[in-house]
Amino acid sequence: MSAGVGVDLENLWIRFGDFVAVRDAKVHINGGDFFSFLGPSGCGKTTILRAVSGFLEPSEGQVLIGGKDMKGIGPNKRPTALIFQNLALFPLMKVWENITFSMEIKGASARERRKRADELLDMIALPDQGDKLPSELSGGQRQRVAIARALCAEPDVLLLDEPLSALDLKLRQHMRTELREIQKRVGITFIYITHDQGEALTMSDNIAVMRAGVIDQIGDGKTIYNDPSTAFAASFVGENNVFRGTVKQVQGDTALIATNRSGDLLARVSSANQGKMKAGDDAMMFIRPEAFALAPVGSEGDHFVTATVTNEEFEGNAFNIFMEGDGGKEMKVSLPNLGQSFDSHKGQSMTLQYDVQNAVALPAGDLATE
Amino acid sequence: MKNLSLMRLSIWAYLAIFFAYLLGPLVIMSVTAFNSPEFPRATPWECLTFEWFSALFHDERILNGIKNSVLVGFGTVILSVAMGLAGALMLTQIWPKLRATYYTIIIAPILVPGVVIGISTLVFWDRINRMLGLGADSFLSNGLFLTVIGQSTFIASYCMLVLVARLQRYDAALTEAALDLGATHAQAFRKVLLPFMKPAIASAAVLAFLASFENYNTTTFTFGEYPTLTIELAQKVRYGITPAISALAFIIVLLTVFAALFNEANIRRKELVFEARKGATVEELSSGRFKMPGFLSSNWAAVALVVVACATVVVVGTATVYSPQQCIANVQEQKRLETEIRIQELQRQRELRRQQQEAEQGSTAPAQSQPADNNSGFGGVFAPNTLSGEEESGAAEPAEESSGFGGAFAPSTLSGDGN
Repeated sequence: MSAGVGVDLENLWIRFGDFVAVRDAKVHINGGDFFSFLGPSGCGKTTILRAVSGFLEPSEGQVLIGGKDMKGIGPNKRPTALIFQNLALFPLMKVWENITFSMEIKGASARERRKRADELLDMIALPDQGDKLPSELSGGQRQRVAIARALCAEPDVLLLDEPLSALDLKLRQHMRTELREIQKRVGITFIYITHDQGEALTMSDNIAVMRAGVIDQIGDGKTIYNDPSTAFAASFVGENNVFRGTVKQVQGDTALIATNRSGDLLARVSSANQGKMKAGDDAMMFIRPEAFALAPVGSEGDHFVTATVTNEEFEGNAFNIFMEGDGGKEMKVSLPNLGQSFDSHKGQSMTLQYDVQNAVALPAGDLATE
Repeated sequence: MKNLSLMRLSIWAYLAIFFAYLLGPLVIMSVTAFNSPEFPRATPWECLTFEWFSALFHDERILNGIKNSVLVGFGTVILSVAMGLAGALMLTQIWPKLRATYYTIIIAPILVPGVVIGISTLVFWDRINRMLGLGADSFLSNGLFLTVIGQSTFIASYCMLVLVARLQRYDAALTEAALDLGATHAQAFRKVLLPFMKPAIASAAVLAFLASFENYNTTTFTFGEYPTLTIELAQKVRYGITPAISALAFIIVLLTVFAALFNEANIRRKELVFEARKGATVEELSSGRFKMPGFLSSNWAAVALVVVACATVVVVGTATVYSPQQCIANVQEQKRLETEIRIQELQRQRELRRQQQEAEQGSTAPAQSQPADNNSGFGGVFAPNTLSGEEESGAAEPAEESSGFGGAFAPSTLSGDGN
């Protein structure tokens, strides 16, 4: 397996008139990585993809593929293949003609093309479907044909623009695994665009979280989930409960935060912000729903939260408790279902505790609106 | 219930009237092509004849006109489909704020009267011709060239409208996908966009050819030495028309019906094949045991096409063996007889009247100044009695002339000594 070709974005700016779609993006993507750009719609992630594939010239900065500057090189000359959001299969060509379009361009004979198409059809587990038209396939099958078509061009970098968003939930989950499998098999760099944090977390080696043209954080899934560097990243990736307040005191890597409603609480300062937070700053504290545990009634202290239960639901693998929150939203607590008995506390006050390592203190910032 | 049937009846009546209005003239004209009189008419039916078709195919001017029309038609199709496609592509590419303005400009030639386009084409190319210092026989003043250019001016706009409709359903991502897979812009255009546009290009070409074929008012200024069919027909009509023109019209109608049925049959067949493919299993498709539906099965258009084709073959077959000479001779003989009978009838009436007059004159005074018995339409002004009244009181001689025209129209004058 080759190491693959890496992609670098160096101080990339993309402007449309006065509107800045991408602001000073600096990303290094390792060769052979499955790399995701994760962000809400309109955050500029597709713009970055178009700049990499060559449909857009950056206003400033460079796109390097395999260390080579791509400036002035058109999309048909770049070692990239793009899988479009709507797949863009050629509707009038049969499946095998679609797959081998890149060979037809180079003048390969029909026999060669047919042979290659059959190989790829086997790889995507669609044998004997080559003579159908794309319209005669199901959504998941079309998806795989689009992947085969892109792979047939033997690109160094495969770019995927939310290719799973049109599929239903079951198929989407299945395709996640399949995409990851294919990526491991072919060993080339995948750059994946998505607004679905579940997709990004399950498939990616590394993730870049984007907000309004700015890359907030780059890291692997665990880092992004456990150690977010901005309030946006913390609230966009996974569910999170926010506590607003001000920093009262910083000691080592922990901060004591005076929250608006829950009293003083301790939290770990995220690694990206260590040394940058000081007493008096506006701060936000994030605790995941699953990081809470029930505390003995009457407990008080800097890692206990007491609030009124507003709603309860049973989700099968967990009990979800909704409480009056601190950040304007309801606070959600997930207790794993381990067969324990669970009494309803609806309308009553409830005390919870958490491990300080699982609470993250961040400078106050915009939250994801979702 | 009663209301409903009345409603239904009136709908059918409406449809009948509507189709009669649409197709009636065509039917009448087609019938006149097979009737023998020199002037195209459907009634009275005289003799079934095919001589007008042979007259048509021996008419050099008509044949030449058809040839020119076809030449101009092909030229116009190529030029206006190309321009229409370019215009349509431009419309999808242009900066959105300019789109409405661009659309108005490109559609304007349709709104300009054809006459104006004709004159301006002529004047414009004449100017260019002079500027380049070319003579009157140069390519730029050639009738075919000018007609193709002039017609394409507005036919290209029609083509653009047809092509834009299809282009709006084109996903620009397809071109991007082709580029991304390594195609050049030319390859993406040829291999992806053009195949997608093919049905619309075919419609636009047919439309352009028909519009060119029937064009008169632009062509009339530009044809030069190459009169098209419409020009020839218009010139012919000035000197009176013969059923040969009906014959031509009949052929055109027939060809149109053929083309329409053929097209319909093909579309229907494609639908059937698509349905069958959808129903077929993968094994059937890959093993080649997949059965295509037959051309004629559940395809009414194909059936109609075959029926019309058979009918045409029968008619042409009849035409080669059938000779209307005897019938025409019979009709002429019959006409002669009819005329004679009419003449005899007239003479008989004259005779009757004269006897009546004589009887009246015999009973009253001969020198009557009363014109009452005069059957001229001129109130007796020209009556011989009025003229000769005072002088010759007892003139019995002019009494013979009952008309004011001095007997010029008397049957006896015509038939000589016939009585």
